[in-house]
Amino acid sequence: MVDAAPETAVANGIAGPAYDEPPIIEVRDLNIGYGGKAALQGVDLDIYRHEIFGIIGPANSGKTSFLRALNRMDAFNTAMEVRGSIRLNGKDINDWRNVYALRSRIGVVFPLPVGLPLTVYENVAFSPRLRGIRKKAELDEVVERCLRRAALWDEVKDRLDSLGSLLSGGQQQRLTIARALSQEPELLLLDEFSIAVDPVTTMRIEDVLKELRSEMTIVLVTNLVQQARRLADRTAFFLMGELVEIGDTEDLFEGKVTDQRTTGYIEGRFG
Amino acid sequence: MFAATPLNRRSHRNQNVARAVFFLMTVALVIPVLIIVGTLVVRGGPALSWEFLFTAPRDNMTAGGILPALVGTIWLVVVALLASVPVGVAAALYLSEYAPDNLLTRTINLAIINLAGVPSIVHALFGVGAFVYFFRFGASILAASLTLAVMTLPVVIVATRESLQAVPQAFREACWNMGATRWQTIRKVVLPNSISGILTGVILEVSRTAGETAPIMFTGATAFVAFLPESVFDQTMAMSYHLYYIATQATDVPEQLTFGVALVLIAIVLAMNAVSIAFRVYLRGLKKW
Repeated sequence: MVDAAPETAVANGIAGPAYDEPPIIEVRDLNIGYGGKAALQGVDLDIYRHEIFGIIGPANSGKTSFLRALNRMDAFNTAMEVRGSIRLNGKDINDWRNVYALRSRIGVVFPLPVGLPLTVYENVAFSPRLRGIRKKAELDEVVERCLRRAALWDEVKDRLDSLGSLLSGGQQQRLTIARALSQEPELLLLDEFSIAVDPVTTMRIEDVLKELRSEMTIVLVTNLVQQARRLADRTAFFLMGELVEIGDTEDLFEGKVTDQRTTGYIEGRFG
Repeated sequence: MFAATPLNRRSHRNQNVARAVFFLMTVALVIPVLIIVGTLVVRGGPALSWEFLFTAPRDNMTAGGILPALVGTIWLVVVALLASVPVGVAAALYLSEYAPDNLLTRTINLAIINLAGVPSIVHALFGVGAFVYFFRFGASILAASLTLAVMTLPVVIVATRESLQAVPQAFREACWNMGATRWQTIRKVVLPNSISGILTGVILEVSRTAGETAPIMFTGATAFVAFLPESVFDQTMAMSYHLYYIATQATDVPEQLTFGVALVLIAIVLAMNAVSIAFRVYLRGLKKW
């Protein structure tokens, strides 16, 4: 399961996944249910620093529930029950006394963009302000950097003071990505980030994500198996609340699987 | 080929009938308002003058003006607002944004709904017991206003809570996901987008407070004082009680005077509403989604 960094990343001078260091996320016997109905069962996996960890699987396989559990979003939804252990940097996320500090280190992007009812600028400056950044120049710099990385800067630089909610759906999605990046997260959780984004812009964001790997760890949930292939160092296949297998992405796509259902899904025979 | 089928025609006819019924109901709603305001203007309008507004009643209420009642009503409303808005908004914020969904919260919600259903005369008796005697405020503006405040709290709480809950949950979750605390989320996203709805609750409360008679009858309103209140511990005249008094208790009051008082009372309520509505429109202009 543990491999050397992919050669291409080394060739580009980008640090690859740190498989020789302790994992940033250790999940053991994770079970998630909603009102007694199981959504995810008995998941064990490790995610390493500077890795893009892909999760693929058909609808209702527990991918989103997994992401929600990482950010302790079960606290928002009384019906969501999480059992098992999730350790971030070796510490169980339920032992973080300050859940806000935990969440501020984790950026999340969901499939449906949520532009906060604030201006474009304030959407991206929200998290830096929470961190206590007050100086206008410093905020300006963070906002521009994050919007550039989300491939949105050129489209909104002249209307930073208009409402985020007036942007188009695809632009709002990139605004949400910019907002997640503005947290300068250690861990970035992306759930179908490209669903509302056009293919050309998606490719630009994907390029950015590959570069971001040197700064953070990315968990990428996607329905586009080819996107997982393009981005993910390792990929996990979830099916009906079960983790079927985890493997080096290229191995999985070349058919080196331990479970034939994985190949079946990747090749589009079901799902 | 594109001819309407009998089903199309029937749907179209039903739709027209539904619209006509709803339109008639709307008209039926407006008619009583027009009749009331029209009657008051026609029969009370001639009583209006600067003297009517700015002098005290004389000759056993059969002549003179309404100044002490006018000023007294403003005192009562303002003090009641000062008491009920902070408490009501804070309680609604707690119930909507913080309270876990448990037995205690559900009990409190039930209590609020029941409090809204308590008749105003019962509130009046509560006010006498609690504020006049127990807290020893005596019959005063303070006791009367606090009674009004208790009575209108449920309106403020329910209206505030509903406008808070009209802010999409997704906004809150997006903030929480960035590590914002509940309070930061409330301050930066929830309150700015619900303030216009909260004001609606306050508008309703103002109208109700200015017009209520029963809760102030035994707690601070008096039939006649020639001077204006100087502190919240004074007794005061009030428009609603004055109207009740000259319409039923005093003798030989010219009809015109009674209608004049009613007209001014309605005008006060409408003027207060207008100010609040203008403010609300301004705030809604700032609304972000």
